[in-house]
Amino acid sequence: MSEALPLFFVSAMGLSLLLYVILDGFDLGVGMLLPFGTDAEKDVMIASIGPFWDANETWIVMGVGVLLIAFPKAHGIILTALYIPVTIMLVGLILRGAAFDFRVKSADHRQPMWNKLFALGSLMASMAQGWMLGAYITGLTGDPVSLAFSVLISLTLPALYIMLGGAWLLIKTEDELFDKAAHWCRLALPPMAFALLLVSIATPLVSQDIADRWFKLPDAIGLLPIPMSCGLAILGMDWMLRRPRVLHAGYGWFIFVALMVICLMAAIGLAYSIYPDIVIGRMTLWDAAAATESLQFIFWGAIVTLPAILGYTLYVHRVFSGKATELSYD
Amino acid sequence: MELDPFVLSRIQFAANITFHILFPTITIGLGWFLLFFRVRFTQTQDMYWEHAYNFWVKVYALTFALGVVSGITMSFQFGTNWPGFMERTGNIAGPLLGYEVLTAFFLEASFLGIMLFGKQRVSNRTHLISTFLVAFGTSLSAFWILALNSWMHTPAGYEISEGQFFAESWAAIIFNPSFPYRFTHMMLASLLTSAFLVAGVCAYRIRKGVDGPATKMVLKSGIYTAAIVIPLQIIAGDLHGLNTLEHQPAKVAAMEAVWETEQGAGFTLIGLPDEDARETHFAIKIPYAASLILTHDLEGEVKGLNDFEAHPPVAPVFWSFRVMTGVGTLMLLVSWWGAWQLFRRDKLSSLALRSVSLMTFSGWVASVAGWYVTEIGRQPWIVQGLVSTTEVVAQHPSATLAGTLFGYVGLYLALMIAYMKALRIMAVKPAKSLEEDSNPLGTPLVGTAA
Repeated sequence: MSEALPLFFVSAMGLSLLLYVILDGFDLGVGMLLPFGTDAEKDVMIASIGPFWDANETWIVMGVGVLLIAFPKAHGIILTALYIPVTIMLVGLILRGAAFDFRVKSADHRQPMWNKLFALGSLMASMAQGWMLGAYITGLTGDPVSLAFSVLISLTLPALYIMLGGAWLLIKTEDELFDKAAHWCRLALPPMAFALLLVSIATPLVSQDIADRWFKLPDAIGLLPIPMSCGLAILGMDWMLRRPRVLHAGYGWFIFVALMVICLMAAIGLAYSIYPDIVIGRMTLWDAAAATESLQFIFWGAIVTLPAILGYTLYVHRVFSGKATELSYD
Repeated sequence: MELDPFVLSRIQFAANITFHILFPTITIGLGWFLLFFRVRFTQTQDMYWEHAYNFWVKVYALTFALGVVSGITMSFQFGTNWPGFMERTGNIAGPLLGYEVLTAFFLEASFLGIMLFGKQRVSNRTHLISTFLVAFGTSLSAFWILALNSWMHTPAGYEISEGQFFAESWAAIIFNPSFPYRFTHMMLASLLTSAFLVAGVCAYRIRKGVDGPATKMVLKSGIYTAAIVIPLQIIAGDLHGLNTLEHQPAKVAAMEAVWETEQGAGFTLIGLPDEDARETHFAIKIPYAASLILTHDLEGEVKGLNDFEAHPPVAPVFWSFRVMTGVGTLMLLVSWWGAWQLFRRDKLSSLALRSVSLMTFSGWVASVAGWYVTEIGRQPWIVQGLVSTTEVVAQHPSATLAGTLFGYVGLYLALMIAYMKALRIMAVKPAKSLEEDSNPLGTPLVGTAA
């Protein structure tokens, strides 16, 4: 039991962060795309994420929460090392969360300003998360190579979010905005593919250990489905985004699903690379784990609540399914 | 003062949590008000209750959003600035925070979507349940975070091995000695804060002549709630104070600026505590009152600051306590006066309207002052008597901290101004019923002039 608990929690953390990337990814993406819509389109774009963004952001609180609950020793190391990007991300998240409400509740002539702040906050948070990811997978060393790599990821991770945002709009919107969303997805696809490639190349370079795991036969053959499914997903998206008729026939959701596959594969790949470390090269998850009785106490809570959370998250998405309509409190 | 990382980290955390607590303090109470409006509408089918809900749900949405985003900041700052805290007490603090996320955060955030934007999409019953779940979620969230906070004041149910805390009894940890008092005190504070907010904004609307029948219904709800809750709050506060005297006597000594242990101690109404001289200048004292309040005995012994090896800074605790109790007294006077007028004449005099609207944010002032009393009063400890705050701070360069502190404070000030302005814009908007009355033929209000 005590051996399995850290594994359970590291999986819960991975799942939370994966859900965060997919869910808040789409609303951060919509945020970054906001400046490119007309005023009427901006309202629709905001309406498409209105009922969800708050719950979406809770997944990062959950992710960092599990890190804190289950791996308190790693929590401090990771977050102190990421002090600056975390601050930038938080300022970004605050800006966009506030702007979301202020844009319709402040004076009318201020709306353009809040729209800009909404986009800026989304961009800041996305880039900061890229920086955090880059710094984390290069071992939180802070050396120039790691820094350069972090900058590269921070420039390219937003492309993934923009894709997710565009794909979300393909599900939630119609007509001209739909066509625009398809166009935005087409533009974001190459940088996103590049970002994915970068991460894949960098991780084995960071440590010989990781390289051995990926390029040793016969394991390498077993791992092939990961790069292959990512490649297929990218090719499939590229194919479909060039064919507006297919998209219009109601297959827009395919882009979102393909992106989910990519996120899932990236998560599995990353987990395979770093397991059993929690701070790469420094601390395993067993070293960082909290006391067994504490983990047990929260384990039972998680077993009961997590399915409920997933259940009512699905329920809320069902209530607001279909094309986005104007947000009304009435 | 040297700008050392410790001081900067403390100021930054204080700035963050001060900004954060403003919004949950409103939403915890306002959620129950909104549920009340919805329930009244369901019972009576009186459209004005629906107008009341529709007006206040917008305020709620804005307040909730600011609470969420400033709360995310908190969850990260434990790690970025106080890593030692989790390293040492993670076994206890972690699960409590975990339960907050699992049972409360997701619940409120998910059903908030339906509560705010789903009224046309779900049945009235489902919408009522969603509203209840949001209100319940915010209160549950307060339960867990206050359990942890109270544990930091009155730790229980733990054992320490090699500097690390281990849980021995979760019941003892959650229901630690100060928890029932602190939780009650904070829940009542939230109710009071939102009661004065709704009453104050409604009084303002009446003064501006933009009110409808719903405005008065909400004004009454706010004033009567405040009038009922404030005496309960004073009792709860007194009991909490006695509990503090038992477990954190140094905090109480600082609150009262009692420098030397004495019997039959006087209560200093006001004065200037001077920590270097260890005396209170210009003190106005009520003889025996401190002993009477704290020990319920005229000759009871009150421990002075001289009896403690380490005690909190005196002046901020002393002053915050006086701000809190002073505002509390004003709340009592204004709400009872208002309630009496409403009871007798079913309306407020213009002086009363003005007073109530001046008290709109009184709950914020009292709550923040109260938190300063209890949190500064715990210093120099982060976990009372066991872990000192200096032990757990992260050693970031001062320049980095000064930069982030500057950024946060600037952002918070800007958002505070924007929040107040947005509230004002909502407050001066003519009531829905006015639009309908002045527009009986249904001609569009906009564009007719052109």
